[in-house]
Formats: sequence, structure tokens, C-alpha cells
Amino acid sequence: MELTDPALEDIELELFVRALRQRHGYDFGLYAPASLRRRVRQLVQTHGTGTISALTGRLLHEPEFVFDVIEGLSVPVSDMFRDPPVFRALREQVLPLLASWPRINIWQAGCASGQEVYSLAILLEEEGLYERCQIYATDFNPAALRRAREGIYPARAAQAWSRNYLAAGGCHSLADYYSARYEFIKLDQRLRRNVSFANHNLVTDKVFCEAQLVLCRNVLIYFANPLQDRVLALFSDSLVRGGVLCLGLRESLEFAPSAADFTAVEADLRIYRRNVFCSPDGKA
Amino acid sequence: MARLEAIVIGCSAGGPGALKTVLRALAPPLPLPVVVCSHSGESGTDLLVPLLARHARLPVREARERWPVQAGIIHLAPPGYHLLIERDRCFAYSVDAPVHYSRPSIDVLFESAAEAYGERLAGVMLTGASPDGAQGLARIRHAGGLAIVQDPAEALAPAMPQAALDQAGADHCLPLARIAPLLNELVHRE
Repeated sequence: MELTDPALEDIELELFVRALRQRHGYDFGLYAPASLRRRVRQLVQTHGTGTISALTGRLLHEPEFVFDVIEGLSVPVSDMFRDPPVFRALREQVLPLLASWPRINIWQAGCASGQEVYSLAILLEEEGLYERCQIYATDFNPAALRRAREGIYPARAAQAWSRNYLAAGGCHSLADYYSARYEFIKLDQRLRRNVSFANHNLVTDKVFCEAQLVLCRNVLIYFANPLQDRVLALFSDSLVRGGVLCLGLRESLEFAPSAADFTAVEADLRIYRRNVFCSPDGKA
Repeated sequence: MARLEAIVIGCSAGGPGALKTVLRALAPPLPLPVVVCSHSGESGTDLLVPLLARHARLPVREARERWPVQAGIIHLAPPGYHLLIERDRCFAYSVDAPVHYSRPSIDVLFESAAEAYGERLAGVMLTGASPDGAQGLARIRHAGGLAIVQDPAEALAPAMPQAALDQAGADHCLPLARIAPLLNELVHRE
């Protein structure tokens, strides 16, 4: 790969981000820069444009190209029951809390290709709560949402996912929930019956439901501090009092003002509960 | 030569042993941070941090998301995440796809460190059986930083230092035992 002069690349990157925002309404201005730069460089390679400026040109003049760009910039990577101790804690500690509500709204923010949505549905099914639940699974990448709806994944992942499932306290076999065909597995589409997949952009869209549980794992790591703070405030506003927030295993809340709205249920597993009482500044 | 402000180290197969040798000989007080990316599987730093802490004369910690890269500390990339350094010299994580089957990836760490530190960075490639890190080391050199590669002839797994030499070349290609003394000398040079 040809190495470019960093100052020149900075200008190109700025113009690229501006084109995405002004032409297409996607705002990456507050993304953590190092990962964003890396992903944009990968887009240059994937599409063989040579420079970021040439990507920008296509972005401005070819309306459909934005979907390729969004796909490249969101790079959704996940596993079923990723970090089994988290799912075990959801099963053993969080679901019993949620059971006190007659209706349970769950928002999976940044659901990518849906692996965690199906994991969650299985958990709810096994704990007897699923019929009372509505899961909103959102992402800003339409291609990822399509894959999430289909629930088709490479079969080579199934073995590791089965191990995760059992480590997360699964009481059956993960294979009970999918059918295998050739190199793929397809998740039982009955698991989707209370799931609404919807396009939602954490950067620009607002609160859309009142939730008892918000899961957003390994999304905030891509956001610079001001955007992280804003999105955490959005989660806080979306949660009912006493509602639960679950973040990625190594995401840190320490620097965020909204941290004051939450109390840890399991600090090491990044599971928090929205405080029942108002914070001193009067904000709920 | 510009004064160094950070050292990044990459290793894979045979890495823990090689790291012990290097970190044991790094002399405190160290006026700059050391950031290590070791391919160590999913168990990763849970085992590696205490192991290295027993041998290093400096504190060894897992690098923490959003926290500043701190001088005098050996920071380890967490298992399952890429570790990056932002230009404001704070750590960032990503779960982007593995690079050369590895996450964390040495390329990802080295490239971002090259952006953050430019010519004030030394990249060290140790033993390993993967091409990961070679492109990152090339970036470090291109930005004016220093490349130090363990001599493949004596590395437990020669593929990684060899790939680094082939793709990036090196300012110093040394046996393991001479790497820490060189770093001590570079760091404490006025």
C-alpha cells in the first residue's frame, strides 16, 4: 500500500467525512479517529480508488455508493453469546429484575448482523420471559440489518458459539435453535417473532422507546468522548428508572457524565442499572 | 536523532518468553511508555499480565480504553480487541475484523502509534509465526521512527521478524539479549 503524507491525508479525510455528512446525512465527525482512518484506508483498498479523495468523488456523484461506504465503515463483527459471563449474568441477575415488569421493552443498539439479538431471544425463551418482551434491534447499516433478519451465519462459527452458549448457562444445545445446511446455519425464525429490526443511527437519531433493558456492546469504543457522552445520555433517557444498561466488556464509563445516572449491577461485566432517584441537577 | 517518546513491541509464537527477556532488562525509571501487542489467544492478558509482572522491573498493566498512554508503564493489548493509540495519546479499542487471523493485531497498534508519535517512536518485532506487524513496522519507519527486529536466525519462530525485515527493513537487527540494552541506551540518551 502506498504511504501518503499524513497532512495531506488529514485534509482528504476531513473532506470525506464532510461529504458523507452533507451529501448523505451520516455524521462520522465524532468517531474515534484512529479506527475511522483505518477503515477509510481499507475502503480505498477495497474499491481500488488509490486515494481517499477519489472515494469522496464517488460518494458525491454516485448516489448508491454510500451503501458500500457505510458497509465498510461499520464492519460489524460479532459472535453469539460473545463473552459468556455477560450472558450468564443477564440470565441469572438481569432477567429476574426485568421479570417484575408486565411488559418488557429491550433495545439492542448497534445490533450489526444480529448474533446477539438471537442470543438474547434464546435467553429470554429459556427463562420464560420471551412472550412478554418486545426487542428493538437497531443499526445504521442497512446491509447488516438485512443479514440480521435472515439469521444466516457461517457454519464454521457454530462450534465456538455452542461452547459460548453452554458457558453462558444454556440448558439445551445451541443446535436446537438452528438448522444447518451446507456451509451455513440458519437461526430458527420463530426467535424473531417479537423482534423489530429497524434503522436507527445513534449519532443523529433520538429516543424512540421506553426500555427496561438497553444493550449496546462494543459500539461506544468507536466514538470519541463527546459522542460517547451523548449516546450514553440517550440510553439514560430511553431507560425506565431501574432499567438496565449492558455495555461491551471492556468499555469504560469512567469519563462520561452519564455515569452518575447509573449504579453498577456487575461492574466487571459492564452491567449497570439506571438510578431510581433523580440526580442532584434535577435531571431524571 | 529525535528523542524517543514511546516504544511499541509486537510478538506472537514464543512471545511470552522473549518478552520476559526484554522487559526484565528494561531499567526503571523509564521516561516513556512501552506498549505490547502479543498474540496470545482468548485467555490473553489474564495470564500474560501477571506472568510478565513477575519478571519486569516496571509495572505491567492491560491498556485501558480511553486512558492516557502513561510513561513508566508497560501496557498490554487486551485479548479479543485491537489496541490503537490516538493522536492525543490515549488508548482506543476496536473489534474490527482480525488482521492475519489476529485480534489484537500488531499492524493495527503499530500503524496508529506511528500516527501518534511519528519519528519519536521505536517499534520492536520479536519472535512469531505470522506476517502481522511487518506493514506496521514499515509505517513506523516511513514516519521516521526506529525499527528494531530480533534476528530471525535466533528467534524461536523466525517468520514474523523475517517478514518484518523483508517488508520494512530495520535500523537494528539484533539477538534478543541485546535488544533491551539498546532500548535502555536510546531511552536515556540526552
